[in-house]
Amino acid sequence: MIKATTPGPSAAGPLVAARDIGVRRAERWLIRHVDLQVPRGELVYLIGANGAGKSTCAKSVLGLIEIDEGTIERSPGLAVGYVPQRLAVSHTLPVSMRRLMKLTGRFAAREIDAALAAVGLERLGDPAVTSLSGGELQRLLLARALIHRPDLLVLDEPAQGVDVAGAGVLHELIEGIRGDLGCGILLISHDLQMVMNSDSDVVVLLPHEHDEPPPGAAAESQAGGGEASPAG
Amino acid sequence: MLDDFLVRALLAGIGLALVTGPAGCFVVWRHLAYFGETIAHSALLGVVLSLVLQVDLVLGIFVSACLVTLLMFYLQGRGTLPADTVLGLLAHGGLATGLVIMAFFPNIRIDLQALLFGDILAVSRTDLALIWGGGVLVLAVLARIWRPLLAATVNVDLATVAGLRPERTRLVFGLLMATVIAVAIKIVGILLIVALLVIPPATARRFAVNPEQMAILAAAAGVLSIGGGLFASARLDTPSGPSIVVAALLLFAVTRLRRPQPSRR
Repeated sequence: MIKATTPGPSAAGPLVAARDIGVRRAERWLIRHVDLQVPRGELVYLIGANGAGKSTCAKSVLGLIEIDEGTIERSPGLAVGYVPQRLAVSHTLPVSMRRLMKLTGRFAAREIDAALAAVGLERLGDPAVTSLSGGELQRLLLARALIHRPDLLVLDEPAQGVDVAGAGVLHELIEGIRGDLGCGILLISHDLQMVMNSDSDVVVLLPHEHDEPPPGAAAESQAGGGEASPAG
Repeated sequence: MLDDFLVRALLAGIGLALVTGPAGCFVVWRHLAYFGETIAHSALLGVVLSLVLQVDLVLGIFVSACLVTLLMFYLQGRGTLPADTVLGLLAHGGLATGLVIMAFFPNIRIDLQALLFGDILAVSRTDLALIWGGGVLVLAVLARIWRPLLAATVNVDLATVAGLRPERTRLVFGLLMATVIAVAIKIVGILLIVALLVIPPATARRFAVNPEQMAILAAAAGVLSIGGGLFASARLDTPSGPSIVVAALLLFAVTRLRRPQPSRR
């Protein structure tokens, strides 16, 4: 596993700090020896090839999956917003755009208007979620996370399945949100060009080439071994 | 008025339909039809055990249904077997074990016909109180867990990040289903209960624009099916449980005849 993190300056410490984390499933390490931290007001990219464990890493930071190694510290009372890679709403479930905004909390119509306007969906009316395009759905999911006013926003490949123009709009939106809300953002991306043009921190994950020996004492003794190396 | 068995049957059916409509929506949204079948099938074990131990039938079914639900959560949580394999194990395991135990007690008589297809015309005042009391309780709990359960139905990760604890909500809903099915078996029977959970929501789907509306419309469709089925059963002298299901099916088919509305955009 390869890491390259340059911690940004922060007065009150990072919003979340993962140190040397590893996740093992069925005797195989999905990620290992990963360090990352997201300070308030900073955007941190998490990039890597397919199967490198980007989503696993993000879900560990979110507390959605348990880690088998290392520590994750979240600042107390941290409000987290999550934009999943995709949202498959069953056709049997009638959910409109504005109804989805109230999925995990109660909000006044005015707040919903404001959140939808922030992502440019205010003119759409109230269509069924299943009728939205890929880009519209991603922006709706972003608005849904924003309405909770998160301190930390985690986005899992928001530009997946969105055309190039749409991806540009999405990235501008995300940059704008960081400025407006002052929240920390962890952004999973496979768009290397976008990442290289930015001056943000980057965490690079490489897939595991060699599988570990069976778990037990061996795994313990390898921690901190020669696996981690700096990325370019 | 309650002296008339047809009135009691109608009230019992309406009480049940008002619960199976909203609860059945989650069965459709979360793909839980086989889960419902499992609880219903394994209920035979509860019936046999309550006869052997001489306790109330509904209580026996309720306890066995809850145990099967907990066992299912435990087995699925271990993740070594696919979910539907676990259900098959419990559904037919419960049914077969019940029938085998029954063979050891030759003096126990079971009206298998009533058990499999229900006997809504034999509903007593006590049954009526149980159905409406249990129904109010189930609807109250369902209203309380509505938001987290719906959030978890749309996306488990989103619900978890929002601190809604979807696993706990899922277990509560499982136990609610056990309650509904325990109460419903006397009315529509082991083989037909899932029809009342699945068909009215399927009918309601195309007329609803949000989840709450679909729940209300499903309850209404259920009440119509109960009324139509009982009426036909009395007129045509057909078995009541199957008549109710056929009425629900006809209602579903008739609403399909209309062209779907243009998509709202």
